[in-house]
Amino acid sequence: MSKPEMNWAAINADPRFQALHRKKSGFLWGLMIFAVIAYFLLPIGAAYFQDLFRVKVWGPVNLGIVFALCEFVVAWSIAGVYAKRANRDFDAMAAEIIRDAHNIK
Amino acid sequence: MNLKLIGGAAALAVASSLAFAGTGAVADEFKWMTFAVFGAIIALTMYITYWAARQTHTTSEFYAAGRSVTGVQNGWAIAGDYLSAASFLGIAGLISLYGYDGFMYSVGWLVAYITVLLVIAEPCRNIGKYTLGDILAFRNNPRASKTVAALSTITVSTFYLTAQMVGGGVLIKTLIGIDYTVSVIGVGILMMAYVVFGGMKATTWVQIVKAVLLVTASLVLVLFTWGQYGFSLPSFLQAVVTDAKVQAQVAKLIGDAATNMTAEEMGQRFLEPGLFLKNPIDQISLGMALVLGTAGLPHILMRFFTVPTAQEARKSVIWAMSIIGGFYVLTLFLGMGAAINVGPAVIAGMDKGGNMAAPMLAQFVGGGPESILGNLFLAFVAAVAFATIVAVVAGLVLAAASAMAHDIYVGVIKGDHASPREQVVAARVASVIVGILAIYVGIAAEGQNVAHLVGMAFAVAASSNLPAVFLTLYWKRCSTAGVVAGMLVGSITAIALVMVSPNMTYPQAVLKEARKVLEGEPAQPAKEATPAVKASSLACELFALEGCVKAEPAHPAAAATDAKPGAAEKLARLNEKLAGLTDADEIAAVRKGIADTEKAKAKAEADLAKFEGQTTSMVGLEKPWFLLKNPGLISIPLGFLCVIVFSLLVRDKRSEAMWGELYVRQNTGIHAEGATAH
Repeated sequence: MSKPEMNWAAINADPRFQALHRKKSGFLWGLMIFAVIAYFLLPIGAAYFQDLFRVKVWGPVNLGIVFALCEFVVAWSIAGVYAKRANRDFDAMAAEIIRDAHNIK
Repeated sequence: MNLKLIGGAAALAVASSLAFAGTGAVADEFKWMTFAVFGAIIALTMYITYWAARQTHTTSEFYAAGRSVTGVQNGWAIAGDYLSAASFLGIAGLISLYGYDGFMYSVGWLVAYITVLLVIAEPCRNIGKYTLGDILAFRNNPRASKTVAALSTITVSTFYLTAQMVGGGVLIKTLIGIDYTVSVIGVGILMMAYVVFGGMKATTWVQIVKAVLLVTASLVLVLFTWGQYGFSLPSFLQAVVTDAKVQAQVAKLIGDAATNMTAEEMGQRFLEPGLFLKNPIDQISLGMALVLGTAGLPHILMRFFTVPTAQEARKSVIWAMSIIGGFYVLTLFLGMGAAINVGPAVIAGMDKGGNMAAPMLAQFVGGGPESILGNLFLAFVAAVAFATIVAVVAGLVLAAASAMAHDIYVGVIKGDHASPREQVVAARVASVIVGILAIYVGIAAEGQNVAHLVGMAFAVAASSNLPAVFLTLYWKRCSTAGVVAGMLVGSITAIALVMVSPNMTYPQAVLKEARKVLEGEPAQPAKEATPAVKASSLACELFALEGCVKAEPAHPAAAATDAKPGAAEKLARLNEKLAGLTDADEIAAVRKGIADTEKAKAKAEADLAKFEGQTTSMVGLEKPWFLLKNPGLISIPLGFLCVIVFSLLVRDKRSEAMWGELYVRQNTGIHAEGATAH
């Protein structure tokens, strides 16, 4: 497989690549921070808000169990949101840059 | 040639498992069933290895299955690689013994994949080749970064591997009574056969088979246990709350606090936090190590080099998250189901850590210890546990071998000038070396406390690999010096903190416990309730420092207790009682009491003999200096900090010059290593 020389600095500076970089990093950081906060609320809640976790909401099912189950839903949702966005936007933006990569000098 | 050798290894493994069957959870008359299922699984994986071996000739085929694995396949393989016996049997066990806390513990293992998905999988696929070292060497000095990356990979894999080998040996012994050494050697030979002959392709398919078996077994068990409550969560949990065995377990766990509670309240307590995990800071520290460490585990990273594109890498994480998350939701039902059907006391009697919860639930669901179906179910779950161990171990061996052969031998020693043939030979030789080492370590570590090794592997991965990979991928100013310093400091800190943590064995505490069992305890006067004491500062919660006030939870008032007799006196009393009994049930209960006391006495005597005269732990401490079980809270920030500070202090022309190329390539996939043509 021959690999033609690319002007990486030029691609990096290309407005289309910069747009991809901005959109992607903003989105990823947002999701990552949300995920971390959501996750650490569980041990913090279980340690310092036990009275809240004890509240029964559905028969013997208490808020603690509901919250722990929600963590699964949150994790899956984040994965779904990211995949949808990446499949729709980021892949297309990257594909355009790849198509044009040889001409960016 | 390969076929013969593979056949030989399989025959040896089956023969050795048949020859050394002793006692275990499976009764002798049903053992043939277990061996039949084991044999079927071994035969299937050996066929896979034979098939894979015929297609594994080049380096890319050996390390990365020719990058021909699809996203869905890789997702299953990741699940197979990640759901170790510790999570399959361990978490179900924790839930069966401690309820809510066990379930809460499982959440971090799934959330960890968000980090993998968002920041690691696709960039690594786009710029990586076979190893962690390849990613770091892309812009940093190749020799230096490959050396530290290989060291770190081998360290993390060895910790994980040792825990798996020892855990696997004990597990097989508890389940079917095969001698510990024999099972370690059997597991070792099998996984070496997969890796050496079939490389990544065989490893991938063994992991897929294992994941499918694991999910099937769990689904069947949940179908039976939850199904009888009409798949209603409240009805199922109501059964847990009202179960006498669960209530008794809670009473045992909370001790004096149980005196003023109704039976129903105690049952409900099982669904509330705080029965197992007592220290929230330790929890957060462990959470950090899980969430950041998974993305730095070499055997998980390696899986992303097997798919053809970044899109497939993404798809594989999504699939892995569905399977892993779905499995952990099922563990809630497996664990709670085992608690109500088998009972926490019986489970803990079989294995203190609760590892037998899922197998015993399987036996119960099939009709109990005397029934054919019950034992078939047990045999199946035991075989799944066995498949789990070999699949996880194979992935680890491949990761460690690739670091040795590809990073150290080809990259550092040969300066990347090795012929394709030489590379494949090096990879196979390294796999054999790692495999033999794993067997040796497994046998040498028999009876050692290895539970902390998995936590340590995650902590090292999170404090060393992740900061280096993350900052190399995303931070323009990251340099070779930063990566080397960060990885060394991060991993050494993590290991050093564990060496002085409560995970180690402290002879004085062991001796005190042993004497308590043998000599009994004096009577205690009534105690007044004491309020919770806060540690005098955060540092005091983390380290045993001079002048610190230690944190204490609130204690409710306790009534005076009588003196407890020593083991010998207790045995004499029980025997005396036994002589006067006529009721069959009572006799059985007392007999069990005698057996338990004898077991405790033997253990205490063994501990006494082992530690008599010793006063300090391995590193010379009388008691822990670092108070958390997991070092992540300190070592992870320190790892990141060192990469940043040393990158800023020592600049590196290549690291800067390559940044543009790395960043463009990791985002677009231009020039990514492609699939090899067949």
